[in-house]
Amino acid sequence: MSKNRNAAIIGSGMSEFSSHREDVNQPEMIHEAVIEALRDADIALEDVDCLLHGNMELFEMVHQPDMWHVLGDGARGKSGLRLTTGGTTGITLACAADNLVASGLHDVVLAIGFEKLQEGHTTGGITNMADPLWGRSLQTGALTGTGAQKVIDEFGEERAKLAAMKYRTIMDEHAMRNEKAHRRLRLERQYIKETADNSPPLVGELRMIHMCSQSDGACAVVFASEEKVRALGANPAWIVDHETVHREETMVFGSMLSTQRAAAERLFARAGIANPRGDIDVFEMYDPSAWWGVDWLRDFLLLEGDEHLKMIENDEIVLDGPFPVNPSGGVIASNPIGATALVRVAEAAMQVRGTAGAHQVSKPVRRALASGFGGTLWTVLMLLSKEKPERRVNTHG
Amino acid sequence: MNDAFVIEGKMALPYQYFAGAVGSKFLVALRDEKQILGVRCSRCGMVFVPPRQSCERCFSALTEHWVRVESTGEVTGFTVVRYAEPYQPKKPPYVLALIKLDGADTPIAHLLECGDPGRARIGMRVRAVFAGERRANLLAIAHFEEDPAGTQEGHSPARL
Ligand SMILES: [Zn+2]
Repeated sequence: MSKNRNAAIIGSGMSEFSSHREDVNQPEMIHEAVIEALRDADIALEDVDCLLHGNMELFEMVHQPDMWHVLGDGARGKSGLRLTTGGTTGITLACAADNLVASGLHDVVLAIGFEKLQEGHTTGGITNMADPLWGRSLQTGALTGTGAQKVIDEFGEERAKLAAMKYRTIMDEHAMRNEKAHRRLRLERQYIKETADNSPPLVGELRMIHMCSQSDGACAVVFASEEKVRALGANPAWIVDHETVHREETMVFGSMLSTQRAAAERLFARAGIANPRGDIDVFEMYDPSAWWGVDWLRDFLLLEGDEHLKMIENDEIVLDGPFPVNPSGGVIASNPIGATALVRVAEAAMQVRGTAGAHQVSKPVRRALASGFGGTLWTVLMLLSKEKPERRVNTHG
Repeated sequence: MNDAFVIEGKMALPYQYFAGAVGSKFLVALRDEKQILGVRCSRCGMVFVPPRQSCERCFSALTEHWVRVESTGEVTGFTVVRYAEPYQPKKPPYVLALIKLDGADTPIAHLLECGDPGRARIGMRVRAVFAGERRANLLAIAHFEEDPAGTQEGHSPARL
């Protein structure tokens, strides 16, 4: 399969992210993101051909929310699909939007991810993720202690714990510069040890402070064809390629290739990226906890040994550093789950388009990477670029 | 087949729903003033009851254009509930109807009491019967009842 034409992101919008949104119902909250995205893309609702809608199944205990969300999302009379792939939903929406535009089926697609966690009961949804006979009793979503233990076993308790809290603190420093971020804690580097020690343990060395937030919010992203980009005179972040990898973790524990590394190897091979840290300028990673953020950095960037720890220890991942990670503050700062992975794509696109404002990285951004994560160990990667991709990429390489 | 086993399961579905500022304004007026509020889209001319923050047709913001509609209206559709389950608002049989209030362009769903459920029909004129003790929910209207004398002539929603 090859692309018929290029697709680009030409605008994005986000609602306020917060633990409580009593002031709006679900379609009203989505409306905030849609209005901002249309304004950012400088288009009208009439210009949109197709809407994609997604969130976590059952997290609001609502069936087919896309039906009544038409009241706020603008889907009336338009083509549309609802997609739900767990935590990856948001970036799956982006992949689908790319496919719909690149195929030639639609010229302008609006992808919308949302979550209103305060209204539902996430455990009710997430425990139903696994097979009722073989694995359901094991299912905890992202709340797992193995992530922390793995890093501690490999690098020793002191270095591992410091790296996780340094990562956590950097994410908070970034969130402090992003007015949309939910949790902005003003963590201070000099109190890293105390902050961790005083934080309630969740599982093993995974503590509350390391963990992502529970947020309400919505994100909307406008995808347009090459022809539309030209006609609108838009500021595009071109989609180079995307890759989805997943496996059923309860079946095989242990030494298999991680889905993060597998996705990165495939995507980078197709895009001709030999040196990820040099060839990519900024990375918006779906980091459910500081421990996974630390661990996955190695796999996503195809690093070996302790290179990923050194990146954190040497401040390479800070906003003004040589390889900024999550200028937005990442998932630990804001996690409206069905929107979260789309926020990664939106933030990566904002960096490419130069519209990230106070959390725009200082280096020029030619390529940006976004990742999504969900159960059971799904990884989706999307690569964006400032320059229009020259060659048609074979997406089933 | 005798040796194919079944896993029995049960799940709870707890949830809450935030009515938001728009839905809450409607509920408060209903509870405190026995008034039924809607919003008008100035571009489409539609009056939405229940009120919406934005017009689904033209995407205009509507919350600056509140109106008060009548507590009388017309049945645009109905169903008769004849089975019993624990969480029903009343003992079956009863009628659930879609009622377009005078001055509104969209119907709301509510209980209709018209004696024998078999008498319910589309086009029936009805009026709201407010509950004595009202809380901020749709049951601040206890039910709708038949209003044989009512006509739909000359109702235009009052601007707020
Ligand atoms: Zn309208």
